[in-house]
Amino acid sequence: MRRERAPLWIAVLAAIGAAFFVIPLAGLVVRTPWGDAVHSLTSTDTLEALRLSLIASLSSTALSLVLGVPLAWVYARIEFPGRTVLRALTTLPMVLPPVVGGIALLLAFGRRGLLGSWLDTSFGITLPFTTAGVVFAETFVAMPFLVLTVEAGLRSMDRRYEDAARTLGARRWTVFTRVTLPLIAPSLFAGAVLCWARALGEFGATITFAGNFPGVTQTMPLAVYLLLETNPQGSFILSLILLLVSLVVLVGLRHRWLGSA
Amino acid sequence: MSLVADVHTTLGALNLDMQIRLEEDEVVALLGPNGAGKTTLLRAIAGLAQIESGCVELDGRVLEDPAAGRYVPTEQRSIGFVFQDYLLFPHLSVLDNVAFGLRSRGTSRAESARRAMDWIDRVGLKSHATSRPAELSGGERQRVALARALAPDPRVLLLDEPLAALDATTRVAVRRDLKIHLASFRGVRLLVTHDPLEAATVADRLIVMEEGKQVQTGTPIEVTEHPRSRYVADLVGVNLYRGQANHGSVQISGGPLLAAAGAETGDVFAVIHPRAVSIHRLRPEGSPRNVWHGRANGVELYGDRARVRIEGEVPIVAEVTPAALADLKLADGGEVWLSIKATDVSVYPA
Repeated sequence: MRRERAPLWIAVLAAIGAAFFVIPLAGLVVRTPWGDAVHSLTSTDTLEALRLSLIASLSSTALSLVLGVPLAWVYARIEFPGRTVLRALTTLPMVLPPVVGGIALLLAFGRRGLLGSWLDTSFGITLPFTTAGVVFAETFVAMPFLVLTVEAGLRSMDRRYEDAARTLGARRWTVFTRVTLPLIAPSLFAGAVLCWARALGEFGATITFAGNFPGVTQTMPLAVYLLLETNPQGSFILSLILLLVSLVVLVGLRHRWLGSA
Repeated sequence: MSLVADVHTTLGALNLDMQIRLEEDEVVALLGPNGAGKTTLLRAIAGLAQIESGCVELDGRVLEDPAAGRYVPTEQRSIGFVFQDYLLFPHLSVLDNVAFGLRSRGTSRAESARRAMDWIDRVGLKSHATSRPAELSGGERQRVALARALAPDPRVLLLDEPLAALDATTRVAVRRDLKIHLASFRGVRLLVTHDPLEAATVADRLIVMEEGKQVQTGTPIEVTEHPRSRYVADLVGVNLYRGQANHGSVQISGGPLLAAAGAETGDVFAVIHPRAVSIHRLRPEGSPRNVWHGRANGVELYGDRARVRIEGEVPIVAEVTPAALADLKLADGGEVWLSIKATDVSVYPA
């Protein structure tokens, strides 16, 4: 096969498109005071924020998988009245400003919220301004990415494989775990990565619903934003750390990303 | 052991209405054109396609009866199904594919693997046990699909066009193996095909389906010697007409009166083999009782013979040698005369 060459106008526009992303990242790398970087990396506050970010984003990815995969399955397979409306509602956080999402969460799960007051009086559970609240806020914003990706995977898979499994005596659960899930593995994987990436970068809903308490709810994006006012140099370093963590994960997963290299 | 299926269902343009009874001691082939409902009938028996009314019974046990609200799910039916494109699980090895049915039915991992390995050995793929389906050839995949369906020891084996996805060379070898495996299987065996050769080689009995209904059943010889539908007549390559017999002649529906030596009375089929039709450029004289006039319209090579389609009062196909084809200049079309001896017309009740 002949190697394809890009037409000039496509090459130019593509180069501008790539530069749009590369230049800001380059700025970050160039302007970071590398001398202080090692010191900042090992400071307790930074490590604490990084640890919290990873724990919260991974927890919300796990929660999204547990709740989002069944939701995607229902959307893809079950016809019921109001499905279109419900699907629109559950994907709304993708377009909603995250701060609005945070306010909505407060009104629902806050101490005086719709469900929050009941949770508080009946079980003594309060979500706002806790680490669990961070996970809640991140899940609220990130899960729709997983649901949409997995639903698309379920819709495009050949369902006759499930028929084949049933003729071999497999019950619904066996069919789901041994045939359906492995067959949609690429979508499941892509959805989980998108979801995790969105959760890691979450800012608006988190600060609104969970606040900004170091060690409890202060994740990396929150720490970066706060440092920008008091110690800009420090925020550059934190930004770079966040960037590196994301880059390592994305590059590491490159070969499995949407099934292509 | 027997399977009774009385299936009525509508699916798009298809109106399926079939009653069949299959016994353990026969291999039955469902033969019919595309869209006749063969696959839908198989899926209905397996519980994968919904039936609107009727019933499916295996050994007297009702598997499905919508009127009584009874439905035994597919996974509890003990039916082995070989799908047209095999549907081997792409993420599992050959061994895990074949062991899938045993594992699903609760056999231990070790025992499943041992029995699956036996089956893989029986279909001659021992060296491929750890391969993924994508690494196998079409013929090997077909054998894995068969082993996977047979490993859980089902009581019914359904095969949907098992050889359709194979090229001609592979098909001959796989057909021979399939015949052996079908012969050694104890239980009801039903195979869907649109290839008459495949049907005649592996089946003891044919059921011919058209537009969701049974049009004929019988041994391959009965069906090919006495076709009862245009579809089978075309497959076998003979001219088929339907009409009213009246002592030595048949009035073809919408066509000429056909002199036929064996005709008695009643609604009948008349079959004329293309070899029995002679073509002339001038009106023939002499003994033939049937002399028709028509227009040559298309030539097809058929082995070392040529078949000429002739349009007249009723269409008919005649077989001639290539020499005759050239002498009569039939490829150019034009007016022709046909003659058929009354003794060459085979007549049987409709």
